[in-house]
Amino acid sequence: MANEKKKKLTPVQQQYHDFAMKRSPKPPVIKNCFRAFIVGGTICVIGQAIQEAFVHWFYFDEKKAGDPTVAVLIFISVVLTSLGVYDKIAQWAGAGTAVPVTGFANSLCSAALEHRSEGIVLGVGGNMFKLAGSVIVFGTVAAFIIAIIHALLGTGGTG
Amino acid sequence: MLGQLMFDVLKLTPAHTMSTLVVLGAITDGLGLYEPLIEFAGAGATVPITSFGNALVHGALAELKRDGWIGVVTGIFEVTSAGISAGIIFSFLASLFFKPKG
Amino acid sequence: MLKGYQSWQFENRPVITSTATVVGPEEGRGPLGNTFDIVHEDMRLGQDSWEKAERTMMEEAAKLAVEKAGLTQEKINFFVGGDLMNQIVSSSFSARTLSVPYFGLFGACSTSMESLALAAFIVNSGGADAVLAGTCSHNCTAEKQYRYPTEYGSQKPPTAQYTVTGAGACVVRPQGEGPVIEAATIGRVIDMGMTDPFNMGAAMAPAAVDTIEAHFRDLQRGPEDYDMIVTGDLAAVGKRIADDLFEKHNIDMHKTHFDDCGLMIYDRDKQPVNAGASGCACSAVVTYGHLMNQLRKGELRRILVVATGALLSPLTVQQGESIPCIAHAVSIESTT
Repeated sequence: MANEKKKKLTPVQQQYHDFAMKRSPKPPVIKNCFRAFIVGGTICVIGQAIQEAFVHWFYFDEKKAGDPTVAVLIFISVVLTSLGVYDKIAQWAGAGTAVPVTGFANSLCSAALEHRSEGIVLGVGGNMFKLAGSVIVFGTVAAFIIAIIHALLGTGGTG
Repeated sequence: MLGQLMFDVLKLTPAHTMSTLVVLGAITDGLGLYEPLIEFAGAGATVPITSFGNALVHGALAELKRDGWIGVVTGIFEVTSAGISAGIIFSFLASLFFKPKG
Repeated sequence: MLKGYQSWQFENRPVITSTATVVGPEEGRGPLGNTFDIVHEDMRLGQDSWEKAERTMMEEAAKLAVEKAGLTQEKINFFVGGDLMNQIVSSSFSARTLSVPYFGLFGACSTSMESLALAAFIVNSGGADAVLAGTCSHNCTAEKQYRYPTEYGSQKPPTAQYTVTGAGACVVRPQGEGPVIEAATIGRVIDMGMTDPFNMGAAMAPAAVDTIEAHFRDLQRGPEDYDMIVTGDLAAVGKRIADDLFEKHNIDMHKTHFDDCGLMIYDRDKQPVNAGASGCACSAVVTYGHLMNQLRKGELRRILVVATGALLSPLTVQQGESIPCIAHAVSIESTT
């Protein structure tokens, strides 16, 4: 995609593009990856702990404990977003906070909060999936295609 | 993590990154590889967004087995309903009681 | 009047009789914190939406500027203003409150100098006795409109800039006490094909350089004719590019003091602003606050303020369009 775009530029623009890129600081990739790994890992560890807790104290079996775990993580994420803390953590952690399910909740909640001033129906209702919508759409379409492939192959369901 | 590399190196927006990861998760599960990953990593594999893709495929396939073709459509949200519902409900409530802090 | 190809020299020397600045908490904590008239500790200013908060700041700045000029609202002939919001609602709604005849402008972050140049032009040609020029921006409304919801956890790259929360206004009159607007250069739209909305400095730098060169050419001047040349909001990345571009074009900016409002307003080591500041209010509050103080004291004799603007919208970015940019320069002279 990047190459395609470059082709459209005039030589002067191309020259300036390279000129400007040389003078723009690069994101610290290694440091960011390390932080993302730490934070993302921590969230997963918390998730695992919650899951274990459900298994031990509420007698869920290992499989069923997954759902309440996700719900609890989402709840925590929504609370942190409402208190205005989540975005500060995210600036530090990058994808570490975005990729786990907490990031999904954050994208829902932040959009809902932000557009509250446009009313409950059009503001909150209409904008909640502004960011998260694409995740659901692509997930659903991908799942659909894969399921169809499985159905055609007659392997129907691995789980 | 993989997502960070996609942010910084490929300059994708978070929305693009997330969508790609979900599709990746779905494909992995379609190949039957996600289940072993969960066995190995526990919440390390169920918490990230890739598991959302995994769960979508899972629901579809489970229903497909039980109800036949129609299951592909009815089953997609079967397993993920907890995550989406919780997200919607909590976010909606939060928007009623909180204001963005900036 | 018209000088060269795209510049005006104002022979009647319109006077900036008063200025007013209103800012938010982050700007108040910055190095120029004590040069602002009103510093709000609450980003929301007690309003129930970010948009209303932005509008309130504009109204406060406008009213204060009018008051400081020793005038009342009825004495203001025109209000020339603009902001970053869709359909420039903040300025238009403020104009509704002020009930002053109104020109709405959109020049993105260059609006501050665009409005000042036009105000000077109107006054210079005898079209008005008092013109109010002003602009505003708010960090949260800009984030919401151009990027993501404010609470959304997305990581910003080191080239990103932080939109200034604030409003700046001034009153321009044919006579009076204060620094005079001596010349202005209206910039062309320059598009160097940059597409990254998180690296606006790099996109805007060529526009700033183009306008400054045009200004020198039209008025047959050089950097040595100014005590200070400031750009609006190039921030760290854009400023560095501009420095190198000037060097490449053999213009020696060391003969003057070349700085950037986006770097002056915050302490980048202590404040979470990445590359520096941006927004309409950035050049407005720095010029109408800090720089105007120095001009009034005579510490600066003549300065050139070059406000830079990126004329993008979230839609054009998503459709893969590049970012067209513009810059307007206004030369202000001290009379003390």
